[in-house]
Amino acid sequence: MSFIPNTEADRARMREVIGISSNADLFTDVPEKLRFPRLDLPGALSELEVLAELDAMARLDTHTGQAPSFLGAGAYHHFIPAVVDAMVSRSEFATAYTPYQPEISQGTLQAIFEYQSMIARLTGMDVSNASHYDGATSTAEAVIMALNVAQKQRRCVILSRGLHPQYRAVVRTYTQGMGLTIAGDEDRVDGIEGLGLLCDETTACVVVQNPDFLGRIAEPGQVAALARRAHAVGALLIVVANPISLGLLVPPGEMEADVVAGEGQALGNHLSFGGPCLGFFAFRRDQIRKSSGRIAGQTEDHDGRRGFVFTLSTREQHIRREKATSNICTNQSLNALTAAVYMTALGPRGLRRVAELCWHKAHYAASRIAAVSGYVVAPGEFFHEFAVRCPRPVQRISARLYEKHGIIGGYDLGADYPELGNAMLLCCTEVNTKEQIDRLVDALEDCRHA
Amino acid sequence: MPEPLIFEISRKGREGVSLPACDVPETSIPPGLRRSELLLPEVSEIDVVRHYVRLSQLNYAVDTGFYPLGSCTMKYNPKANDAAARMAGFAELHPLQDPSTAQGALAVMHGLQAMMAEIGGFPAVSLQPSAGAHGELTGIFIMRRYHADNGQHARTRILVPDSAHGTNPASTAMAGFEAVEVPSDTRGNIDIKRLKENLDERVAGLMLTNPNTLGLFEENILEVTRLVHDAGGLVYGDGANFNAILGVARPGAMGIDVMHFNLHKTFSTPHGGGGPGAGAVGVVEKLADYLPGPIVAVAESDRGSTVSTRYEWFMPAKTIGRVKSFHGNFGILVRAYVYIRMLGAEGLRAVAENAVLNANYLQARLTSVYPVPYGDRTCMHEFVAQGKLASAPDIRAMDISKRLIDYGFHPPTNYFPLIVPEALMIEPTETESLETLDRFADTLLRIAEEAAAHPELLHEAPHSSPVRRLDEVRAARELKVTAG
Amino acid sequence: MEYRFDEKVRYAKTHEWVRMDGAEAVVGISDYAQDKLSDVVFVDLPAVGKELKKETSCMVIESVKAAEEVFAPVSGVVAARNEKLVKSPELVNKDPFGDGWLVRVRLSDAKELDSLMDPASYKKFVETL
Repeated sequence: MSFIPNTEADRARMREVIGISSNADLFTDVPEKLRFPRLDLPGALSELEVLAELDAMARLDTHTGQAPSFLGAGAYHHFIPAVVDAMVSRSEFATAYTPYQPEISQGTLQAIFEYQSMIARLTGMDVSNASHYDGATSTAEAVIMALNVAQKQRRCVILSRGLHPQYRAVVRTYTQGMGLTIAGDEDRVDGIEGLGLLCDETTACVVVQNPDFLGRIAEPGQVAALARRAHAVGALLIVVANPISLGLLVPPGEMEADVVAGEGQALGNHLSFGGPCLGFFAFRRDQIRKSSGRIAGQTEDHDGRRGFVFTLSTREQHIRREKATSNICTNQSLNALTAAVYMTALGPRGLRRVAELCWHKAHYAASRIAAVSGYVVAPGEFFHEFAVRCPRPVQRISARLYEKHGIIGGYDLGADYPELGNAMLLCCTEVNTKEQIDRLVDALEDCRHA
Repeated sequence: MPEPLIFEISRKGREGVSLPACDVPETSIPPGLRRSELLLPEVSEIDVVRHYVRLSQLNYAVDTGFYPLGSCTMKYNPKANDAAARMAGFAELHPLQDPSTAQGALAVMHGLQAMMAEIGGFPAVSLQPSAGAHGELTGIFIMRRYHADNGQHARTRILVPDSAHGTNPASTAMAGFEAVEVPSDTRGNIDIKRLKENLDERVAGLMLTNPNTLGLFEENILEVTRLVHDAGGLVYGDGANFNAILGVARPGAMGIDVMHFNLHKTFSTPHGGGGPGAGAVGVVEKLADYLPGPIVAVAESDRGSTVSTRYEWFMPAKTIGRVKSFHGNFGILVRAYVYIRMLGAEGLRAVAENAVLNANYLQARLTSVYPVPYGDRTCMHEFVAQGKLASAPDIRAMDISKRLIDYGFHPPTNYFPLIVPEALMIEPTETESLETLDRFADTLLRIAEEAAAHPELLHEAPHSSPVRRLDEVRAARELKVTAG
Repeated sequence: MEYRFDEKVRYAKTHEWVRMDGAEAVVGISDYAQDKLSDVVFVDLPAVGKELKKETSCMVIESVKAAEEVFAPVSGVVAARNEKLVKSPELVNKDPFGDGWLVRVRLSDAKELDSLMDPASYKKFVETL
């Protein structure tokens, strides 16, 4: 089945008009020895057969709807209201392309304009773009923006060790050709105060995450102090944020951040084994020309009607080519739409309530686990994730949690933060019930001798 | 009727979704951490639905009608793809779960890696990049590392044809290389003489799209790649136009060393209004260790086993590093997997044959009225016509495109490639019927007549879309990019 | 297409013009250049006091479809910038030789003016494009 409507009779007619005798005549430009290779692929399946096969494969997986999960670390299991999927699966949204003809793409363009507005308000910043690929690449693009703001004269980038390890890795991948010094995340897992001391006139930017990868929240005053320290030497402060937490907590825009980046998957997007994601990217209006990614703007049409177009395209690759602020073309448009529908469906009180439920459940879990002998909960204020030092290697505990108790445990911090010992990062969201949390606590008690 | 902004529909006190009560004892939240206000819209669920349904109705999509955007491959998106992606065992899976609990998803990824390798003729594949441009950046980093490992530090340039998509030079610059433009010759191929002039020990590689953005197969492809290799360079293949040669030729056999595939073009995953996509990257053996990871491999203990296969994550030995978080756009990867399984080898070849046949048919029907600069050649899956009519010198490609909208068609790609003035790049794809192609050709011929007799119909077009021509100058000057 | 060629200025091959006004040189872009750009939306003017080097890029002029670099036709120091362009970038299109001027420059080497084209030569040059 290849979804080709034309019949052999249709093709014969077309060949006649073109003036060829067989389809093979179309490929005479292809070197003969390369033409029509035999592809060793499984035979074609009907829709019935392929869906049965995929269904069997999907059933090999244990997903977060089947087993209670306390896994976070950058991807989060939240409740997705039915209205979200209902709207974004509409094929007028899903099968449309980039709005190159804005007159017939106002659905996408207005939805993106609204998404940008919501992200700007959520983060406390002036402006948002229409998305980057994910939180990691959004962070890398923020670093590149800071380098451009400094006219490529500054070669130093400071990363907090509390920034997601994968995001730090992607920043390094993206900047590998630039001769930069990237420092700050080698060996300190303390708070962010020390980062200010590393800033000097060679610094393009400082990047922190709040709440950080270990779930810890920094005081708004602390972040603002770091911002001022950075600004004093002409550097930018980039803050990576959790969008659900922003339903409740002071946003980075009110802490003098210059760019706010992060992962928007938690806003109504399914986990989907880690992708497609949503990189959100918000910044100050006076830096808009140094920003990357598409931006929708409001205008009027011929008859004075309000309408929307992509604007400031001269920053982008299709016009500016090697001088573009980024090479990004295809972005995460449908995931951005998903986030907008989610934020609209929940509203400000709903989003705050989701964040509060995450807070209460995580704090309940932490206080109960702290009372289990052998487990030590990391000190400090946290949002919905916290690190726990465990009495046995995390791998053993996780295996027993799953095999004996049917629970998907937290993230093993050993590879990324060896200084923490046997530490597990546990996450609770609004979908974890008290009963699940109590079961986890009992199971952890049982795992003390795993 | 213009649709109000969601903020304009908002009314204080309206609520959407309901949430359960808190079932655990509450822990007080320090007042200093709480934000004071959050100005998101307050609407009820019916408002959400009506707003987004009405917005969707303002969109033109593949599911609405013909969408001949050159180099975008707007083929039909099979709904079976979506059904598979929605299966809970995929959609509700956390990326960091122990691999033993995700063997189905890993099997999908491993299977897709293997099928892409076979289709492209590359022994190793990574599914991590999110888009074509992301794949380009990945490929250039691979080239950089390879040359560095071989002590070739002076290779600071990448050659890019003048017909190249803007992402090519942009990715080149982003990776820290200098983009050097190589012109095309009169037959629409890369100019071999000029290529030779530019090939020296400063060149890291050549970025090539084959078929190119003129819709033409590089007639000298084997010589081109050989020349680059002889000069010590590598060849990057931009797979945006791969739909033309699926099952017809393998880029890995043409001398391409590293290539990205656009799963959201060739492999039918939906475009989503501009994304998400996926840019799978295939490489030749000597570059396999550099791929971004993790990728999926058969577990060490199971290699050679005929009974069971377990899959695990594998980080290539000399990886350029991660290019994004987690593993790749899995929801998109599932869709591509389903598509390839439904097509099989014969189906893939039928795709290319029909895509190319459809494009040549349209070219034949239009060439008497619309100039087609390289019309004497057989085009591949797309061709570039010019919006220049002898009978109407005041009419431009933009006017013809906007008038097409009035007839219910999405216009072709405009003003690209840059080397053809008033370009109209037309790519029908294989999923369109002969009737649709005839209707489109008839319409373009009719518009040509209108251009001569009633040019104002074109200049003022579109007349029947939800909005008329939009003032892009005003948008750029006022920069109203956020609601009130 | 009929382009205007101001008779009182000298032209660079990259379409900038220079006119002496007292001790300072006034710099702008030609009518041909503004037409090719189409509607200007933003001019990234250099700061007063910035040093300019002949034939080096000193600012970018943006339209909706292009962002073109302006190459300093003469060397010197920026003495003034046309602040009106911040609110009204369209002046570059409407009056490229007058109100659409870009910067005033204190020349460092008056001899550089000699290597620029006179209006007749520039007009001939534009006809070849």
